[in-house]
Amino acid sequence: MASILIGAACFVLAATALGLLRILRGPADADRMMAAQLLGTGGVAALILLAVAVRTPAIVDVALMLALLAAFASVAFVSSASRSRDKAPPATDPR
Amino acid sequence: MNAAFIFDVVLAALVFTIATWIIAARDAFSAVVGFVAYGLLLALVWVELSAIDVALTEAAIGSGVTGMLLLGAASRLRKTEPTAVSVGLPMRLLAAVLCALIAAALGFLVLFPPGTIFTLAPDAMAHLPETGLRNPVAGVLFVYRAFDTLLEKVVLVLALVGVWSLALDRFWGGIPGLPVFEQPNTVLTLLSQLLPPLGIVVGIYMFWTGANNPGGAFQGGTVLAAMWILVMIAGLQHMPSTDRRMLRLLVVLGPAIFLVIGLLGFALAGSFLAYPPGYAKPLIIIAEAALTVSIGVTLGLLAAGPPERMARR
Amino acid sequence: MTLALNIFTALAVFAGTFFFLAGTVGLLRFPDALTRLHALTKADNLGLGLVVLGLLPRVEWPFGAFKLISVWLLVQLSGAIVAQLIADFVRREEPHA
Repeated sequence: MASILIGAACFVLAATALGLLRILRGPADADRMMAAQLLGTGGVAALILLAVAVRTPAIVDVALMLALLAAFASVAFVSSASRSRDKAPPATDPR
Repeated sequence: MNAAFIFDVVLAALVFTIATWIIAARDAFSAVVGFVAYGLLLALVWVELSAIDVALTEAAIGSGVTGMLLLGAASRLRKTEPTAVSVGLPMRLLAAVLCALIAAALGFLVLFPPGTIFTLAPDAMAHLPETGLRNPVAGVLFVYRAFDTLLEKVVLVLALVGVWSLALDRFWGGIPGLPVFEQPNTVLTLLSQLLPPLGIVVGIYMFWTGANNPGGAFQGGTVLAAMWILVMIAGLQHMPSTDRRMLRLLVVLGPAIFLVIGLLGFALAGSFLAYPPGYAKPLIIIAEAALTVSIGVTLGLLAAGPPERMARR
Repeated sequence: MTLALNIFTALAVFAGTFFFLAGTVGLLRFPDALTRLHALTKADNLGLGLVVLGLLPRVEWPFGAFKLISVWLLVQLSGAIVAQLIADFVRREEPHA
C-alpha cells in the first residue's frame, strides 16, 4: 500500500513539474502567477500522499502550511503585477 | 529502484530545472515567481530529508516573507530595467563554472564524508525527557542552544531597524509603502476575510504543537505575519505608522521576555538561560508565545519595507 | 473490511491522479491564460479532493481526518478566489490575451 501511495505521489509530482515548467514559460505574467497555485494544489497532494505512506502525520502540517501560503503568494503576485502596471508613481515618491 | 527513489529523482530534477530557469529568466518578476516556486519545492525536499521543522519554515518564509521582499524589490527595480548594465558571456560562464565547482565540492563532501562524523544527537535525545519537550528541534532551540535562539531573535529586531533606516530622514517613523491592491476588489476582500481567521488558528496551532511535534514559534509567527500582510494588501486594514508605541512594544516583547526568563535563570537555576527542574516546559511555552507574536509583527514589518510617507496628523 | 478499504483508497487515489494528469494536459494544451486557469483550479482541485477522500480511511480519526479535510477546503477556497483574481487581472491588463 505504501508504495502505491508513494507511486501516486511521484505521478502527481511529475504532473506538477510538467505543468510548472509550462506555465513558467508562458508568455504572459498572468501565466506565471499561477505557479504558486499549481504548487499549492500539486505539492499539497504529493505531501499528503507521502504523509500517509510513511505514517508521519506532521507532513500534513507542511501541506497545510503550503496551501495557506501558496494562496498568500498568489495574492502577492497579482497585487505586485497590478501595481507595477499602473504608470503613476505614488504621490509621495521621494524621487 | 523503488517508488521513493523515483520520487526523489523527479524532485531533484525539478528543483534543478527551476533553479536554472530562475537564473535564465528575462525579467525580475518572472524570476521572483520562479523563486517562490523553488522555495515551495524546497519544502518538499526538506520533507524527503526528514527535516519537517525546516520544511515548515521553508514553506512559510520562502513564499511568505521572502516572496514579499523580492516582489517589492522587483517592482522598485522595474523602472531601471531598460538601462540596466548587462553582463557579458565570459563573465557569466566564469560565474557558472565557479558555482558548479562549489556545488560539486559540497556534493562530494556530502557523499564521501571524511572519516567518522561527530554527532551529539544521541546525547540530545537522551536528555530530552528532562526538558518536558518531545520535539528534539524545540529542545535544541530552547534548551541546548537557547542562547543562539535569543541572539537570533535580537538579530530580527536589528534587521527591522536596518530596513527602517533605509527610509529618508523625513520619513522616519512613517508608514511603510506596502503595495496595496489598487482597485477595490470584492473577491480579494472575501479572501482576506475568510483566510486570516483560519491562518491565525493555524499559526497558533503551529506554535502550540511545536513542543511535541514539528513546529514552533517561528513557523507560527510567519503564518501570522503573512495573514497580517494579506489583510493590509486587501485594504481591510491600514498599514500602521512605525512610530506607534504599541507596534514597537510588540516587536521587542518576544526577545525581552525571553531575556527576562534567561536572567531569571541566574536566580532560580544557577546560570543564564538555565531552567529550574520541572519548570522548563512552562517557561519555554511562555517565551515561545511571546516570540510568536513578536516574530509575526517583525516579519510583517520587514516585508512591508521602509517607511515611505508620514501619517497625516 | 481492510481489503475493501484498501481497494477504496487505491481507486480514489488513482482517480485523483488521473484528474491531476488531466489538469496538466489542460495546462500544456489550452490556448490562453484564462482556459489554463480552468484546468489548474478545477481539475487539480478535484484530483486533490479525490486523493483526500481516498486517504481518509487511513488517517487517525478525528483529528487526522479533520486536518485533511481542512487542507482540501482551504485549497478549494484559495483556488476559486485566486482564479477569479488572476482572471480579473488578465481582463484588465491584457485584454488582447
